[in-house]
Amino acid sequence: MVVMESSQISAPAGPPRKRAENGRRAAALLGSAIALAAVLVLSLGLGARQLSPAEVWHGLVDADSAAYTVVHQMRLPRTLLGLLAGVALGVAGGVMQALTRNPLADPGLLGINAGASAAVATAATIFGVATFQGYVWFALAGAAAVSVLVYAVGGGRAATPARLALAGAAVNAALYSYVNGTMLLDAASLETMRFWTVGSLASAQGETTAMMAPFVAAGLLLALALARPLNALALGDDSARSLGAHPARVRAGAIVAVTLLCGAATAACGPIVFVGLMVPHLVRALTGPDQRWMLPCCALLAPVLLLGADVLGRLVARPGELQAGIVTAVLGGPLFLYFVRRKVRA
Amino acid sequence: MTAVGPMPVRRVAGGIPLRLRAVAVGAGCLLLALVFGVLAVGGGDYPMSPSDVVRTLLGGGSPAEDFVVHELRLPRVVTALLVGAALALAGAVFQSLVRNPLGSPDLLGFTQGSAAGALLVVVTGGSSAALAGGAVLGGVVAGLVVYVLAWRGGLHGHRLVLVGIGATAILTGVNGYLLTRGRLMEAARAMLWLTGSLDGRGWEDVLPLLAAMAVLAPVVLIGCARPLAITEMGDDLARGLGVRVQGLRLTLVAAAVLLTSLAAAAAGPVSFVALTAPHLARRMTAAPGPNLLAATCTGAALLTGADLAAQRLFAGHQLPVGVVTGVLGGGYLVWLLAAQRKAGRI
Repeated sequence: MVVMESSQISAPAGPPRKRAENGRRAAALLGSAIALAAVLVLSLGLGARQLSPAEVWHGLVDADSAAYTVVHQMRLPRTLLGLLAGVALGVAGGVMQALTRNPLADPGLLGINAGASAAVATAATIFGVATFQGYVWFALAGAAAVSVLVYAVGGGRAATPARLALAGAAVNAALYSYVNGTMLLDAASLETMRFWTVGSLASAQGETTAMMAPFVAAGLLLALALARPLNALALGDDSARSLGAHPARVRAGAIVAVTLLCGAATAACGPIVFVGLMVPHLVRALTGPDQRWMLPCCALLAPVLLLGADVLGRLVARPGELQAGIVTAVLGGPLFLYFVRRKVRA
Repeated sequence: MTAVGPMPVRRVAGGIPLRLRAVAVGAGCLLLALVFGVLAVGGGDYPMSPSDVVRTLLGGGSPAEDFVVHELRLPRVVTALLVGAALALAGAVFQSLVRNPLGSPDLLGFTQGSAAGALLVVVTGGSSAALAGGAVLGGVVAGLVVYVLAWRGGLHGHRLVLVGIGATAILTGVNGYLLTRGRLMEAARAMLWLTGSLDGRGWEDVLPLLAAMAVLAPVVLIGCARPLAITEMGDDLARGLGVRVQGLRLTLVAAAVLLTSLAAAAAGPVSFVALTAPHLARRMTAAPGPNLLAATCTGAALLTGADLAAQRLFAGHQLPVGVVTGVLGGGYLVWLLAAQRKAGRI
């Protein structure tokens, strides 16, 4: 394994400052956890029929209560799906930004979700696959192929933000033309795929979430195991090597983790952009650049964003709903533009 | 990486003077476009040999042939020629203006803006004339917004591209939402339009674009080509040589955005023609500068060829032309990025 002993990677600081910093990070982690709990309750409680937190609790545990059906049949699968997909996208975004040393990296912008989409569209139209169990393997293969492609075309270690974003935009455009083409050839797949391609939690079912969980768990564990070596990699390859990390192995592991996370999330709820971009930025402001704090914090805050977007979508467009993917795009896009204006100077 | 000393003068293969070669490439591409056009007119449920097609076009056909050629098939081919030429011209202008070979309307968000405008019309149940109007308006507004956001004491190539990518991502989300709002029939119509298709084009679709090309193409090709070539050497130098840079830039941006939007109104946002045609033209002419004329002819040939391929590729299924250009163009762009990276240019 690529673990190394000793050596604080983060900025050297005296013991008192160190303790204060760790306290701040622990507070950020705790705050994220509380926010997540609050959003979970909101997601279970809000919708066409409003439930108070107490009703939600009764609905969860008491099979005789009035809210039991609503909570268990409709809201719980959706909330769990949002939780898992949020964790997956947030952590994938954090790992990608660390791997590419690029603040604009996002699985959606870099085309990885498009790769999974194209593979799923192929599965749906050509092979007639219609279940998550069938989708997920195609999605993983598509995500893997595109992550390697974009990383290679974008310049690998020498990648710049603009170059990676361009490579991603190119791959995105090409793959979405292909997805649109497959949809047009087959009206039945258009009917399902047009809802799937915007990125939504509405199609949630218990089995999907259960099937998705192992992939997300594996990706999450791998990402957390890579936190330390990714810290080392941030200092450049030579320094990382002298700290005992193997850059090539770390990169390969990170790509595997991103693939597992993005592939599973996309197969379950369609391509969702900008979650992986926004959350790591926010978290970096809270915890600093240390991946060992950042990744867990991303895992807690990303579902807050995704579920929050889902709840918001349910509230603003009643009686219909706005898909979570659209809410995140509309919220995240301006943020991306802000970063671009701030970072890329003439 | 950095070249020291004077640049070697580039020798042109075969010793043909550059100017002559550019004209030859333009003429060759135009000829190729016409051949594709004749083949496209000849194919279909009522097949005609190329000689029959030419005879009918020159006025010597039977009434049945006259009807098939002039009423059914010619509008489609003329639309393809004009849309290809307009997109390529706009692409060449943008690439030259932002001094970045990747600055095409596809990546800068204008095409998605047109799509959003048109979709809004489709969802609200407007006529096809209103759809074209919506496309033009959407494209112009998106172009304006991207331009303003990317402006920061000057226009910087990479920032324009990144802002464009961000705008594209937001608009894609909005378009996806609009797509889910419509009924299935509307969604299918919108989807077909979004991909870019030439099916069932009549003369009324051709006329606005024809008028715009008749006005704007001479303005750009004759009026602006030389100042644009000079501006490529830098604003200060161009000013010193008597070019009014800001006025030129405004004229060209307005012309290019109009051409892109009108092309989108006629055939939908056909992707990647605007990006690839100028590149191919530059490769063929081996001339520096914007190569506007050669690019225009190449675009016409590219789109008629792609439409021919889209009609014939799968027996029984007519692919929309946007799928062909999207998949081919996206692949070309990825290759281009890889090549540029090797050459150390981006």
